[in-house]
Amino acid sequence: MNITEKLLAKAGGKSSVAPGDIVFANVDKVMIHDVSGPGVIKVFDKLKKEGTISVEKLWDPSKVWVAEDHFVPSAEKISAENIMKLTKFTKQYGIEKHFKYGMGQYGICHTLSHEEALVLPGEIYVGGDSHTNTTGALGAFACGLGHTDVAYVLLNGKIWFKVPETLYFKLNGKLPENVMAKDFILKIIGDIGNDGAAYAAMQFGGSGVSDMSVESRLTLCNMTTEAGAKNGIVEPDQKLFDYLAARGATNYSPVYGDSDAQYQKVYEYEASELEPLVAKPFSPENIAVVRDVSGIELDKSYIGSCTGAKYEDLEAAAKILKGRKVKIRTEILPAAISIYKRAMENGLLKIFLDAGATVGPPTCGACCGAHMGVLAKDEICISTTNRNFPGRMGHVESQTYLSSPLVAAASAVTGKITDPRDL
Amino acid sequence: MEKFSKVSSTAIPLDRANVDTDQIVPKQFLKLVQRTGFGKFLFYDWRFDQDGKQKPDFVLNDPTYSDSHILLAGENFGSGSSREHAAWALKDYGLDVIIAPSFADIFYNNCFKNGILPISLPGNLVDDLMQTKSAIEVDLESQTIRYDSRTIPFAIDEGRKKTLLEGLDDIAVTLQYEDRITSYEKSHAL
Repeated sequence: MNITEKLLAKAGGKSSVAPGDIVFANVDKVMIHDVSGPGVIKVFDKLKKEGTISVEKLWDPSKVWVAEDHFVPSAEKISAENIMKLTKFTKQYGIEKHFKYGMGQYGICHTLSHEEALVLPGEIYVGGDSHTNTTGALGAFACGLGHTDVAYVLLNGKIWFKVPETLYFKLNGKLPENVMAKDFILKIIGDIGNDGAAYAAMQFGGSGVSDMSVESRLTLCNMTTEAGAKNGIVEPDQKLFDYLAARGATNYSPVYGDSDAQYQKVYEYEASELEPLVAKPFSPENIAVVRDVSGIELDKSYIGSCTGAKYEDLEAAAKILKGRKVKIRTEILPAAISIYKRAMENGLLKIFLDAGATVGPPTCGACCGAHMGVLAKDEICISTTNRNFPGRMGHVESQTYLSSPLVAAASAVTGKITDPRDL
Repeated sequence: MEKFSKVSSTAIPLDRANVDTDQIVPKQFLKLVQRTGFGKFLFYDWRFDQDGKQKPDFVLNDPTYSDSHILLAGENFGSGSSREHAAWALKDYGLDVIIAPSFADIFYNNCFKNGILPISLPGNLVDDLMQTKSAIEVDLESQTIRYDSRTIPFAIDEGRKKTLLEGLDDIAVTLQYEDRITSYEKSHAL
């Protein structure tokens, strides 16, 4: 069995499973946020009204955590009321891990999952958000669910899964300078398409992935969602254990694939052949080499989100912006307070501000087009986020190019789409 | 949930692939959580212009389809965000059946939780359906789609079929076994 199969077999109490099998899996961790949380609360209210099932207690509040990310800081009263609802919910059900805006550590839910080591190798983790796949980089089975399914897990601690087929993406060799994990995952999505991994696991391995930081692996797993994948995953290794130990987590049981693990398909990539890419409007599969589209005039550069505002993403942007000035509106939103703080302590924020960029608080904000820097009609943005559907970041006639933080920063400096190697 | 049996109506041909949940319900409506009333936000940016006026060239605004309960679409319908609001909006608008060559996984699951029947059919059959102006009958019990003089069978998981026919969601299905669960728990007490 490969790692995804082994994780699901273990969680379902089976000695072995194969793709297509149904497992009724015990869940280890659950996440809700300020969009899915109020949705889940609604499901609870409905169940309560029907009176057929008790919603007085959660299966295990210690395994649940709550993020405030999509609509904080509240721009209007409905968002503010949703935060109140979440707060009431966590109090009522005794959920202690509620990362509140304005109270120490908080940030984008997927970022918290790794910054706070909330999910550990060997675990089954579900969340009320499609990019829950991100956390598979920690050697866990991680996937997103709808509100009703999340409500079910909160009450029962279990959910069924169909064991997915696994597509294995092998990266040979070290990524060249100025090429990031984001470029690799964009390349893959361009090759297999928006639904190229529909209900499949996307596993990443090979020397290039072993060589990558944990944060880079998180970028890979994050955008498996854009290929329709059930989950993204990387096998645990010492680098991951060190990463987690630095965050106080040492007690867990990692799961590995067997040496004779089977995959539906293996894709091999040579790292040396990869180069900076963008996804053009209006789809993540619409891939172009940066040098083929360089010169496209931009209105804005956005460095934010669970995909592109982890610490190393900010470091990459700072490397470019140091001693330079931005030519277009540039907004940098670290993905969690812990990252924000490290960026401050290590001088990154000063580099950004000196370059003329604005640094904002952690939020999903403009990535999902909610608030905090959305796009006007006809505006063109380069962004380190994960989706560029029509209207995703604002007006339905705005345009978003998805890129790595290096490309977004280099483009901020010139005001045009720019390969960092050409600066 | 209401019991699902037969649906008979014209079908709205939304001839687009990769229709994502950002298009089904744009983000500005996500902060609302009532399950009803989302129909007015369905495909909002496609249906309405900046002044909130209907765009006449968008298929949902074609009066031919004002009483339709069936939506036809291209492949990978419902990709993107996991927002269950997408299913709420389709249902609230009055759509009970969505027929497409393929669906995104989370969206597909969310449909069954909200009384919507998603049907996967080969692309050429969906194309044929898009050409017809006459009523289409979708019968879940016999797993067939009838229109003009044609009958097309479709596949669906038995368990899912049962939940729709009986108007149950997953939680209600589990509750049917509550007696057995309780007795199991009693006999396996720690």
